[in-house]
Amino acid sequence: MSHPALMSRREALLAGAGVLWSLAATTRSRAEPGALVTEAVAPGIHIRRGVDEDASAANGDAIANIGFIVGRNAVAVMDPGGSLSDGQRLRARIREVTQLPIRFVVLSHVHPDHIFGAGAFEQDRPEFIGHARLPNALAQRGEYYRRGLESVLGKGKAGPVVVPTRLIADRGQIDLGDRILLLTAHPVAHSDCDLSVFDPSSATLLAADLLFVERVPSLDGRLKGWQAALTSLKTVAASRAVPGHGPVSVDWPSGARDLDRYLDVLLRETRAAVKRGMEISAAVASVGLSERGKWKLFDDYQGHNVTQAFKEVEWE
Amino acid sequence: MGIIRALLMPVALALSAGWTLNAAHAADSPDREEAERADRWKELQHALFGDRQIQDGSAWLGIDAPARALDAALVPVSLTVRGDKAIKGIYLVIDNNPGPLAGHFVFGPQGDPHSLKLRVRVNAYTYLHAVAETRDNQLFSAARFVKAAGGCSAPAGADEQQALQDIGHIKVRLMKPFAPGKTMEAQLMIRHPNFNGMQMNQTTRLYTPAMFIRTIDVSYNGAPVMHLDSDISLSSDPVISFGFIPPQKGQLKVLVRDTKDSTFGQSFDVPAPAG
Repeated sequence: MSHPALMSRREALLAGAGVLWSLAATTRSRAEPGALVTEAVAPGIHIRRGVDEDASAANGDAIANIGFIVGRNAVAVMDPGGSLSDGQRLRARIREVTQLPIRFVVLSHVHPDHIFGAGAFEQDRPEFIGHARLPNALAQRGEYYRRGLESVLGKGKAGPVVVPTRLIADRGQIDLGDRILLLTAHPVAHSDCDLSVFDPSSATLLAADLLFVERVPSLDGRLKGWQAALTSLKTVAASRAVPGHGPVSVDWPSGARDLDRYLDVLLRETRAAVKRGMEISAAVASVGLSERGKWKLFDDYQGHNVTQAFKEVEWE
Repeated sequence: MGIIRALLMPVALALSAGWTLNAAHAADSPDREEAERADRWKELQHALFGDRQIQDGSAWLGIDAPARALDAALVPVSLTVRGDKAIKGIYLVIDNNPGPLAGHFVFGPQGDPHSLKLRVRVNAYTYLHAVAETRDNQLFSAARFVKAAGGCSAPAGADEQQALQDIGHIKVRLMKPFAPGKTMEAQLMIRHPNFNGMQMNQTTRLYTPAMFIRTIDVSYNGAPVMHLDSDISLSSDPVISFGFIPPQKGQLKVLVRDTKDSTFGQSFDVPAPAG
């Protein structure tokens, strides 16, 4: 194996379960992404679409949908981005749009593609807001992720592990002036520390990785918990949602249809495999294949998702 | 076993230090890597079995695992014995793990050695070796190469707290209908985080203290089926499939002991009660 130049996102975010970091070898590119482009999905809500790839030096780990919300008095960021430079570019983009102070940075969960840009906002002295379980998750994985990311992006390029200064155990609020954002800390779902944001003024739900569209979901929490989180999010009075991966905006709740189907197939077929006494390795090779072709990066994540689901279901 | 781990400590430290070692290894030529792996196995043979000769058992001893692991902390391994050699026990060695001897199974009179399955952590690209010991004290081996890395030092999964809550919960599934005197396959599931002492809490800079399963004893109506000496390489929430031969209806008893000397035991009716 040659020098590990690429840390795939699945390896980064699933490293908690112990996936190989230096899996693929690829040519390291010096090219970094240019200026960050955002789209206004609703008045004052600007989202950058992440690329549907795994982290690489070429994409600077700019692979998640990230963005910011502008109110009358202040700006809230969610999420800050996948690397220090991703965060810096997001900050530069904010300054093209507004000079209002950046008072809040929401860290939607522990995965590196969403939060390693936080260091770019330390100069603004914002509140860094996270799920009550985020500090523990960062304690376990933060440095591990940072080193893995550095091995892909280059020394000093990952960014620091930024610990939240305000924790949400259940619900919380952010006041941007004429705009109140409602925060919800979810039970274990996509990860064990998912935080979603709802902006009632524009009926927009920022779901982060509780919502995957087009890019295959990755399970690092609890399958049945994720389904429950989606059920609860569908009761939110949003007309659109911003997924953590995929298009910058989808109709809500119909935009969850594909994810619902995927999780349902995963649960149903994994249960059937366990019931038949199938080994985990056989299940990995057979569960959910009807979903192949419906998702980008399916083959890169499916085996791990089945493994996670299997571990959960076999104890039922 | 303590001695072996002490011998290999430098390897453990290097591996837990991170990815750089893999990258360094990567520069080596395939031939040299292969030679290093052969040397490694020679050292391990000596450490584990002294001067005893190990014959090639690959004609009847099987070891299977995915060539490339999807999850290095949960690599399914299957050990099979074909034919009717009288087998006393089977060792599973993960050459490049910090504690290379992942497990030593010893079969009792009610045990059936023909099929074992377990899940292990794999810390680096490595050979896995199965070494079977016959009742007349001969050793036979078979090998399998696995590409996986980081399974030992990877941080704990999202459900760690849940795992601690449920520690010691044991389930047994019988995978075949009961027939007196015929082999039954049982799947044993144990809730245990199996902390191997290599997961660091990055805030405190302390390693989560090791706390892992040391031994598992399975008996049938009081007669031994299987004894396992295990080590830090067993996955969290271990799942082990094994065969046993029930002469009549009875009880399968499982006793688990961990490094804290906590014991967890449970008995299961065979055949399983209806419903």
